[in-house]
Amino acid sequence: MQFFETRLGNGLQVIAEINPHVHSVAVGFFVKAGARDESSEVSGVSHFLEHMAFKGFGDVTAEDVNRIFDDIGANYNASTGEEVTQFYAAILPEYLPRAFELLAGMMRPNLAESDFDMEKQVILEEIGMYADLPGFTVYEKAMQAHFVGHPLGQSILGSTESISALGVDQMRAYHADRYRAGNIVLAVAGNTTWDEILDLANQYCASWSGGIPERRVFPAAHPPTSQFLHQPTIQQEHLMCMLPAPDAHSPLRYAAELLSVIVGDDSGSRLYWEILDPGYADSADLGYSEYLGCGAYLSYLCCAPEEAANNLRRLRAVLDDIQLHGATPQEFERARNKVAARVVLSGERPMGRLSSLGGNWLYREAYQSVRDDLDLIQSLHLDDLRRLLDEFPLTITTTCGLGPLESVESGN
Amino acid sequence: MTAPSTTTSHALPNGMMVLIQPMPAVQSAAYSLLVPAGCIYDREDRSGTASVLCEMLSRGAGERDSRQLSADQDFLGLQRSESVSARHLKLSGATLSDKLPESLAILADIVLRPHLNEDEFEPSIASVRQTLLSNEDEPRQKVMIELRRRCLGLPWGLPSDGSLDDIDRIALDDVRNHYRGCFRAGEAILGIAGQVDPPRVLEQITALFGDWSDAPESEVRHAPPGPPVDHIVLDSQQTQIGLAYPSVSVNDPEYYAAWAAVGILSGGSSSRLFTEVREKRGLCYSVHAALSALKHRGDVLCYAGTTVERAQETLDVMLTEIDRLAEGITDDELNRCKAGAKSTLIMQQESSMARAARIAYDWYLRGAIITLEEIHARLDALTPAKVAEFVRRHPARDLTLLTIGPKPLEMNRAVL
Repeated sequence: MQFFETRLGNGLQVIAEINPHVHSVAVGFFVKAGARDESSEVSGVSHFLEHMAFKGFGDVTAEDVNRIFDDIGANYNASTGEEVTQFYAAILPEYLPRAFELLAGMMRPNLAESDFDMEKQVILEEIGMYADLPGFTVYEKAMQAHFVGHPLGQSILGSTESISALGVDQMRAYHADRYRAGNIVLAVAGNTTWDEILDLANQYCASWSGGIPERRVFPAAHPPTSQFLHQPTIQQEHLMCMLPAPDAHSPLRYAAELLSVIVGDDSGSRLYWEILDPGYADSADLGYSEYLGCGAYLSYLCCAPEEAANNLRRLRAVLDDIQLHGATPQEFERARNKVAARVVLSGERPMGRLSSLGGNWLYREAYQSVRDDLDLIQSLHLDDLRRLLDEFPLTITTTCGLGPLESVESGN
Repeated sequence: MTAPSTTTSHALPNGMMVLIQPMPAVQSAAYSLLVPAGCIYDREDRSGTASVLCEMLSRGAGERDSRQLSADQDFLGLQRSESVSARHLKLSGATLSDKLPESLAILADIVLRPHLNEDEFEPSIASVRQTLLSNEDEPRQKVMIELRRRCLGLPWGLPSDGSLDDIDRIALDDVRNHYRGCFRAGEAILGIAGQVDPPRVLEQITALFGDWSDAPESEVRHAPPGPPVDHIVLDSQQTQIGLAYPSVSVNDPEYYAAWAAVGILSGGSSSRLFTEVREKRGLCYSVHAALSALKHRGDVLCYAGTTVERAQETLDVMLTEIDRLAEGITDDELNRCKAGAKSTLIMQQESSMARAARIAYDWYLRGAIITLEEIHARLDALTPAKVAEFVRRHPARDLTLLTIGPKPLEMNRAVL
């Protein structure tokens, strides 16, 4: 396993972890563009642009893009979040040049008006699809409430109104700004050579315009709030609670990851024993999300409406107990072992390595091998958890609900 | 690059099959155990019994109570899952390879010595009930669950989670009887893949599971499919469309032609459904078809979700594309299907979890180990003419249509 990195003249960062023992290679472009970078007039443009990247570049048509990816048996996709848009593919090593040419071309899409108008319909359908998924809707609602007045609260999909009103010129301007080479990381993991990557990057990416667009990074205020959307046709009450947590540069983020496993993993966690094991809910978890300048714990509860108040009380009791007494040495050890096994299992596939590799570089310009990750997990102690709890006390600031209830009185 | 290694099969004297694939390039090891205890064995009015049993299995076994069992598996870093399908109750897990022996010892306790205590019964019922209620809030999922029920009939169309009507009728004795009747060595299949030494792991499995007894297969209920066209009213933004028609089983000599036909319809982003429904007309975000291949039958199951006003056109285009397959396919289309299948097969060799699951399920379907070379040979033998010929001889007849949303749809199609 060998790591390489460089920066092209236009600022594009290129990183690769070469592993000759695997069968495939994964390649991805990670763009620092997401919902947080959008003004309200162009809400949803990052995600819409991700779709438009597949619609052709130069004289390569949308049909060509789909067809060539299928010709080479690529496992490929793209996603858009609050801070990152990523495009990636895993292929057999002999197809890397073909896949690379496509992905690189997609970073410079044609953005033709006719394609834009057609794809707008698909985006509106996607918004409709998510509107029928209560778990997603309550997530979006909670993010808006938790990050009120902060760019991280902005919707990824946008709204029917913002997408309907969006013009292709607005998208072109957004692309010209956010997709500059200095704002993109090219990451590669798996069975290839550094020379091949350098050749491909120089051939297909060196002509891109350079520069780094501005991104405003600042902490959020998180005023306490409780908001309920009453939807009597839904069976279950879907609840999302959010709490402040370390940001993407905080040394406490590893402890936060372990804390989320101890409190809210899907098996053997505090919430599992208090809520899931007795059958009080279908879902009860706690996850940790890191962003630039902010972080958050998100806890999702999905349960029969009559259990909602009790489950919120149970969640608070679990958080209070951890805050006061911390974790036991045994549960800390179990959480470390779980996370270590996950790092190894996901790292066995180039596609699994790619997201960790790209994410680490994008946020921190740091490389961590699987071995480095394991050593780091092993070096954590209960003291680190205590420091985390002292700095980020487990107090729920945002509670959102969607379902048959008009409000939930859970006491404090 | 390390060449894929050979899978070996071993029948224990009690009938349990063990399949082992060493993978020297990985640090992990995984298991996948199929026990013939799926929801097809749920008794009448007790739909969901297999699902409740699945919940209860890991709530205490051998000398460990529920918490100890969970704690010990977590300590091993074991990523585990338990699930119910039509035929099987599946227990799978993966962890670092040096932790596999202890993980298998715990698995043997869960399979052979579960407590199935009264204390754990009510919480397990409650847990399955919560899942059933949540399914009601997921129309995309619900349409496919209800489509299977309508196109397959009983037993194969039974929903694995059971039903809200039946869940409160299930008694602890039903669950224990399900365990006694179905947990038998005879048709159990254990797949192991990862960094393992086959003789050593086989020796351990023989010691752990050698005493597992066999029993005759439990009875299953039969009922005809239907109704062929149905609608469930829901006040939603989108209409969910589920469409199904019969194809051939995985053991049919023409299985690969059937597989390719569905691949051309819906294999990748260049496939016909995606191109015609989404790319050219922008009718929906999600549209796909898949060959659901059971041991004794196969069906093509299609899905689309789209806003109410565009749902009829979406269905019409889907039907047109399904029928148009018989008019012929191109070399390029078939080659893309083959390329996709080959790269998926090779990439599967990188994951111990994926391999353990695959070798166990392949053995269930075919009763044999199928090598990469054999699959490649069968794929290479396919020609566009053979696939088109298959489609002409197996046109999409006996369609089942289920929609969920504010309004039902019309099946606008010339009868074949």
